Amino acid sequence: MTAVDLEPNADDLRRQGDRERWAMLGLASPAVLTVLVIMVLPVGWLFYLSFIGESGGFSLENYGRMLESKAYGRIFWTTFEVSFLTTGICVLLGYPLAYFFAQLPRRAAAVCMLTVLLPFWTSLLVRTYAWLVLLQRKGLVNTWAIDLGLWDEPLALVHNMTGTLIGMVHIMLPFLVLPLYGAMKAISGDYVRAAANLGAGPTAAFWGVFFPLSLPGLFAGSLIVFVLCLGFFVTPAVLGGGRVIMVSMQITTNIELFFNWGAASALGVVLLAITLGILFAASRLLRLDAVLGGGH
Amino acid sequence: MTGTDSLPISIAGITKRYGDVYALDHVDLEVRSGEFLTLLGPSGSGKTTLLMALAGFTRPDSGSIRFGDREIVLTPPHRRDVGMVFQNYALFPHMSVAGNVGYPLRLRKVAKAEIAARVEQALETVKLAGYGERRVDQLSGGQKQRVALARAIVFRPRILLMDEPLSALDKQLREHMQIELRQLHERLGMTTVYVTHDQREALTMSDRIAVINHGRLMQLDAPRRIYDRPANRFVADFIGESTFLDVERDGDTVRFGGRPMAVGWMPEGDGPVQLLIRPERLALLTGEAPDGMNRFEGRVQAIVYQGDTALAYVALADGPEVALRAGTRTGTAFDRLARGDTVTLGLHRDDAVLVPVEGGGRR
Repeated sequence: MTAVDLEPNADDLRRQGDRERWAMLGLASPAVLTVLVIMVLPVGWLFYLSFIGESGGFSLENYGRMLESKAYGRIFWTTFEVSFLTTGICVLLGYPLAYFFAQLPRRAAAVCMLTVLLPFWTSLLVRTYAWLVLLQRKGLVNTWAIDLGLWDEPLALVHNMTGTLIGMVHIMLPFLVLPLYGAMKAISGDYVRAAANLGAGPTAAFWGVFFPLSLPGLFAGSLIVFVLCLGFFVTPAVLGGGRVIMVSMQITTNIELFFNWGAASALGVVLLAITLGILFAASRLLRLDAVLGGGH
Repeated sequence: MTGTDSLPISIAGITKRYGDVYALDHVDLEVRSGEFLTLLGPSGSGKTTLLMALAGFTRPDSGSIRFGDREIVLTPPHRRDVGMVFQNYALFPHMSVAGNVGYPLRLRKVAKAEIAARVEQALETVKLAGYGERRVDQLSGGQKQRVALARAIVFRPRILLMDEPLSALDKQLREHMQIELRQLHERLGMTTVYVTHDQREALTMSDRIAVINHGRLMQLDAPRRIYDRPANRFVADFIGESTFLDVERDGDTVRFGGRPMAVGWMPEGDGPVQLLIRPERLALLTGEAPDGMNRFEGRVQAIVYQGDTALAYVALADGPEVALRAGTRTGTAFDRLARGDTVTLGLHRDDAVLVPVEGGGRR
């Protein structure tokens, strides 16, 4: 008399499931290891270094200096100012551009997109120095403008905030246009058609329906640009002419000039913390937006 | 919301070409005031293009469209004042249900209090009273459908357009909504142009059906006429199940396999014709054939059971195979049929319809 097995094969099935999970974990381990080695360890080490004072022991002096020194405050202020202005100008230029591309037939849009992407494949340094050539006192822009009578004296277009912003906007624009274009393409034409059918003229349909629906894409693009700007180095260094000092540049100075790894690390940690904070706030804001479903 | 004025639609010579292909080929169509007219056709037939031309989203190459006395072919969509229900509803995801339904009223600068009242009234009409604060993505498919409808009628348009509005719903809900849309139409009375590729839906809902193929109007008639008296082979083939038998016509005499037949309807002229046989119009004869019945002898080839009804495929003595459909009630002669049985089929003379072989094809 054998007992009837009420759950046939249950143990074997469970074991098979467990084996599969372990196999999956094994497959994921190279990726996990890579992230650990090239991301987590260096950031951890940076974090550790930032708490090492000049004496070689644990100290908060690197952070203390940031609070005391007015220079540091100014550097953070400049970093945010540049990032904010760059993002703003990118939105003003990029939104109409992405909108235009989104209206084109796919093939034409692909060609136009290429013109935006082409500079992407040129070295950042080359592009930045190209702006230097164009914008300097006797550069192309000033010479032509004076020849055309737009202005009489050469304008200071470079080695200052103006030059930095021109260069940064040029470099950042694709990062805004690409996600925004994707978001706009995903908006069904039926929404705008429905708005028109219900009595909305082109302007009303755009502001009432298309623009709100494109906001998540605009927000995502702006966030990418803003965060990339926070850590930017080459362009402000070359086009700012020493007048525009951002956090990344101060980090370089600390290391190259003062060999102060502790101070540099502390700056890096603070910048990282601010960036993460912004990303967190943004994600909360986005989710909040989804929960509310937008206003009306 | 009763007493809405409705307008007739007068379509004349509407043509739209894409390259060499005519999406619409000189279509003339009169939609009566207050009528529920369905544009029925296979995909790519031009039915949606015609609806989009009515809404103003497709610019025809030539032709005239009038809503009442008003020529609107040049009028932009936002000034046409027609309600439209889109295939995927096109509800604005960034607005609540009330936001969506109130949108056309806000555009028309209706006072706030009145908007609220009319939105609630429209939602009540589609049986969604109290759903105003819901988000669009919290609604089921059938509810979205109703909101889209409420949004399309809240500004009291005199013409309502619907582009396959039920195609995304499952079968049961679809059939339920068909009845509901039909009742709503009877209450509101606005001229309705409805696009579908589902012939059953068209037969269920319409006052009249316009069958469209290759951008041309194949037949415009009441559902019953479309089904019982198809004007050409395309209409007969597209709507309902059909088998065509080759017959000879000589004046008023029609012969099948050499024997004369009693025929209820035949087209004008003397072009080649075929006999249209619908499976459910065939009868299984057991004794004497009643008056007016044409008789066909044959042998059962296969029986397909489909629940409420079953199909018996019968090879006629003279060659072609026809299908016979009947109910599956137990104990009937049909229920006892088996493969290989010899049977006699009857076709009443009024169900014996001739259709022209020509016509209904490409130009």
